[in-house]
Amino acid sequence: MALFRYHRPGDLSEAHARAVTPGAMYIAGGTDLLQLVQERVTQPAEVIDVNRLAPPEIETSEGGVRIGAGAKLNAMAAHPLVRERYPVVAEALMGSASPQVRNMATAGGNLLQRTRCLYFRDVATPCNKRQPGSGCSAWDGQNRQNAIFGGSPTCIAVQPSDFAVALLACDAEIVLASPGGERRVPMADFHRLPIEAPEIETVMEPGELITAIELPDRAAQRRSRYLKVRDRASFEWAVTSCALSIRMEGGAVSEARVAVGGVGTKPWRLPNVEPAIVGQALTEQVITSAAERAAEGAEPRQHNAFKVPLLVGTVRKALREFAQMEAVQP
Amino acid sequence: MPEDGRALEIELRVNGQSRRLGVEGSTTLLDALRDRLHLTGTKKGCDLGQCGACTVLLDGQRVVSCLTLAAQADGRDVITIEGIAPEGQLHPVQAAFIEHDAFQCGYCTPGQIMSAVALIQEGRATSDEEIREHMSGNLCRCGAYTNIVAAVRDAAAKMA
Amino acid sequence: MSSNAVIGSPVSRVDGPDKVHGRATYAAEFKPEGLAYAALVLSRIPSGRIKSIDVSLAMTVPGVVSVITHENAPRLPYKEMKKRPQVDPKAGGQLRVFQDDKVLWSGQPIACVVADSIEQAETAADLIRVTYSPDAQAQTKFDRALGLKPAPEAEADGRPGETQRGDAASAFDSSPVKVEGWYLQPREQHNPIELHATIAKWDGDHLTLWDKTQWVDNDRAEIAHVFDIPQDKIRVISPFVGGAFGSALRTWHHVHIAAMAAKMTGRAVRLELTRREQFTNTGSRPHTEQHVALGALEDGRLAALIQEAWGQTSTYEEYAETTLDPPRQTYSVANNATRYRLVHMNVNTPTSMRAPGVATGVFAQEIAMDELAVALGMDPVELRLKNYAETDEYKSKPWSSKELRACYAKAADDFGWSRRSPEPRSMQDNGQLVGWGMATAIYPSHRSPAQATVRLHRDGHVLLRTAASDMGPGTYTSMTQVAADTLDLPVEKVRFELGDTDFAMAPVHGGSITMASVGTAVMAACQALQKKVGELAAASSGGPFKGAASDTLLFQGGGLALKNGGGFTPYGEFLAQHGLEWLDAEGKSEPGAESETHTSSAFGAVFAEVRVDPDLGTVRVPRLVGAYDVGRVINPKIAHSQCIGGMVGGIGMALLEMVEWDDRYGRVMNANLAEYLVPVCADIVQLEASFVPSDDKIFNPLGVKGLAEIAISGVAPAIANAVFHATGKRVRDLPILPERLLL
Repeated sequence: MALFRYHRPGDLSEAHARAVTPGAMYIAGGTDLLQLVQERVTQPAEVIDVNRLAPPEIETSEGGVRIGAGAKLNAMAAHPLVRERYPVVAEALMGSASPQVRNMATAGGNLLQRTRCLYFRDVATPCNKRQPGSGCSAWDGQNRQNAIFGGSPTCIAVQPSDFAVALLACDAEIVLASPGGERRVPMADFHRLPIEAPEIETVMEPGELITAIELPDRAAQRRSRYLKVRDRASFEWAVTSCALSIRMEGGAVSEARVAVGGVGTKPWRLPNVEPAIVGQALTEQVITSAAERAAEGAEPRQHNAFKVPLLVGTVRKALREFAQMEAVQP
Repeated sequence: MPEDGRALEIELRVNGQSRRLGVEGSTTLLDALRDRLHLTGTKKGCDLGQCGACTVLLDGQRVVSCLTLAAQADGRDVITIEGIAPEGQLHPVQAAFIEHDAFQCGYCTPGQIMSAVALIQEGRATSDEEIREHMSGNLCRCGAYTNIVAAVRDAAAKMA
Repeated sequence: MSSNAVIGSPVSRVDGPDKVHGRATYAAEFKPEGLAYAALVLSRIPSGRIKSIDVSLAMTVPGVVSVITHENAPRLPYKEMKKRPQVDPKAGGQLRVFQDDKVLWSGQPIACVVADSIEQAETAADLIRVTYSPDAQAQTKFDRALGLKPAPEAEADGRPGETQRGDAASAFDSSPVKVEGWYLQPREQHNPIELHATIAKWDGDHLTLWDKTQWVDNDRAEIAHVFDIPQDKIRVISPFVGGAFGSALRTWHHVHIAAMAAKMTGRAVRLELTRREQFTNTGSRPHTEQHVALGALEDGRLAALIQEAWGQTSTYEEYAETTLDPPRQTYSVANNATRYRLVHMNVNTPTSMRAPGVATGVFAQEIAMDELAVALGMDPVELRLKNYAETDEYKSKPWSSKELRACYAKAADDFGWSRRSPEPRSMQDNGQLVGWGMATAIYPSHRSPAQATVRLHRDGHVLLRTAASDMGPGTYTSMTQVAADTLDLPVEKVRFELGDTDFAMAPVHGGSITMASVGTAVMAACQALQKKVGELAAASSGGPFKGAASDTLLFQGGGLALKNGGGFTPYGEFLAQHGLEWLDAEGKSEPGAESETHTSSAFGAVFAEVRVDPDLGTVRVPRLVGAYDVGRVINPKIAHSQCIGGMVGGIGMALLEMVEWDDRYGRVMNANLAEYLVPVCADIVQLEASFVPSDDKIFNPLGVKGLAEIAISGVAPAIANAVFHATGKRVRDLPILPERLLL
């Protein structure tokens, strides 16, 4: 791997100070960053290892469960607080990457992983996200895996995190630490649309670090599940995915979050599907007609047009399986 | 370690032995094992965490050594294929791989075996379906998968 | 002859312990003194010239030993070989790396950095600044209209541009039942898990190469011509190959670079390609488009079979495939026409990938046959039996053996084919669409001259050596068995070594020819050893064998005896009696008249079950069943592994594998293993492979036909046919991704 300096700061303030020097980047699990370095997409002068600073604890907190940014994907997926209260999160995590990568990748890093867009990862082609102003090659190129929501001719790269999609369905908040103190950002607002500056993917400020993710109790009151669709049976990013977090009362849906992955430039909620099931019993007819609305507003390109019917099918299947699950354990 | 972070001196506990070595800040654990320590049983197949051939146990957990910096493993415990069985003996997973012909070219094999050893420790060998899912981080281009699953199932039963 | 019957027994791999301990040493893992590390810079345009290349920053990186570009590389002789080796295209000329400023494809090496560490080399490579004069005429689009007839050299090599038997066009026109379609095989990459690597080291004028290669002897010959040095000044060592599937048949230009870099720096140099580099520097299965037209009578007999193929090649070489051999030979049909065309593009020359050409041709042919079965309302197996080729009608020769009927029967029975309901979408289970499909598999059997040496040691063990390879099929093990069987020794008493040009000559380890070629040479070497022992025995001045005629001797139980009983002497003791530490013999084998009088081929029948999710369009394969006629099976355990391995490759071909090509840039866009998908463990559930009784002693004395390629042949169409049965939707483009079923 091309040369860079390695630095392990003693505390957060040292980390913040180092991070604003030119060419410095944080490294946690490293499972995406080091790929980007190997592919020459990113060329850090120095990496700042925050593994020993990022807390790995998963514990109850006021109003919910707090996951330390340093928690590994496998550890989160296996943790009773996550499995029992937020199964959608555990399922999304277990469907991510490979067992080895899940032992390395962290909660915080997972939300910051970069797109798998083929052009972003090939430095010989134009890409606005990698090289601002150079153009978007995916718009008229090999865009099978690209987004049908939230894109523009500037960029149609998918944000690939399964975890983030599940967190969106759970109304999670991201806790950020900056030299000035701590702040919280709802998951829905954490990633930015790539309209103006696709190279800037989140609302994080330079030097800021994710320290925790908070999952609210109200999401734990809902039942949830994650369905991931892939070309091969495992070890692949989502072609499409659907995170459901639904509260049932008296046989009908009283509250619903339907978030989808693989289709948006950021984790995407389906505003037309949610109201179509709220107040309804999950009958086949309700499911089918709600799912039909999943791709409303989609703007497919040449090679990803199949994601329109696939997303409809994904949401339909997820809702159907959810309804069956409810029928078994009312 | 020197302030500039380059040309680091680190210490790895590799297969129970303390090994001091000099690496660059960007040296991967994989390259440190193969090129610095000449432990070539750990294989390089993609250098991007996408094939699993470089799987080792880091503090007892399976990881891909190509996406681990050697500096990040400083002071930690690394087990490689060379260290899972005493000299002259076969680990039950190794024996099962031979018995079930769970490889052809042998290149992905050390990574498969390290992953299988971890999988059994993780308690993930309760069914063929579970083994298949939790061995999916290790590509085998020769296509020995069904034999790999049989070997893992067999070894897990023998180790139970 | 032998009594211990090692041939046919499921011996565990003799190299198994080395492989499971991580002790088997692959090309990149040798560590000669003073090893330096190389990193490449690849071109970023598909065609044109390098306008400038600035290496000044790169040279400032500490540890950099040398930066090589076309501006400072030595002019290499690149002498023409008298005859292009069988692994190279027959027309055009190979890339002469760093010899000029031309760029022939995007991803071509244009510079190489050598440094003390790989980190330094890669850092310096990133600092090389290149400008180009792009060629506006770059050919980056696959366009059938540009298809050209293969050159005469390719035609002479058995890749004719056109063949004609009867009058296929009129027969098709007048057929009562017809099907016709277009089929797409995308470009695929071999992607062995071991990266291609070469270590080169010069000692004066002698070059040693530790290389990933399927043919050490040809590696040596190629490099001898590139550098114009005698072959005996080069040694190539390659004891283990971590998969190749054809990618290591040729001596690619990175091997030239490694040797050049070692020469320029005076250091041993390792050049290990990255996964991305491998996509554009070690060939690929070429993008191929085919047209098939089948005409039949109402009873199912084929009246016309027309198949045409357009295959991709580079601008500088003609890589032509035997794509159209299957439609010429598989079925009995009086009217047959085939046409092959090459589309030249700015790509690295394609190359053989498992069942090269044949897998592609069989894919289109066998889907078309399924379409015909549907059109006729006939069972797909019955249709194939109806058109069974009793002889090779293409070459007008008898088959040296053919047990394909038994393959159909065995595989159909194992699969439970009789329980299939023929209507599409008629078999559903738990909300999933279930489909059953089948296809014929075929792959020609060839053999080439080969040699082996054997040394009998006083402790009773024998050492066999030949310059063959083992990229995974188990050469070490099967050859050990042949020797043990011939000499009637336990396998523990046989040691087999390969992968070194110092050993006896061996042919390419590809095309499934190793067992028939090298195996027979090993057998001949062991027989020669027995003959020598016998002659020595007869010449004894005393003892039981004195003056014994050769036909009175028995070689059994690890020693020599008289047929009428008595005199048993273990080999070790025999050598001691004759004052010998060891005894050497050698054997060779080569094809005989049978290659003129007969056509030899392996056959098989593959049956597939698929599950298609109607909501998602995803296809999974819960089981595949194959039965194969591969001649005699030396080791059923490792032969079975080869078959299931081919099936996994076939599942990849059917459902996952394709290069995503951007014709605006002329680039491979998914050059990694996260986006170029190959099957993972979770994709593979139940694979059954069996062998029907077969023993082809016409083809060669061992009775083997070859196994490897046959195992991928037919898998993709069997799956595609099952997908049709599940969904009623005919997919003719690979891979069968959800979009092909959803849109």
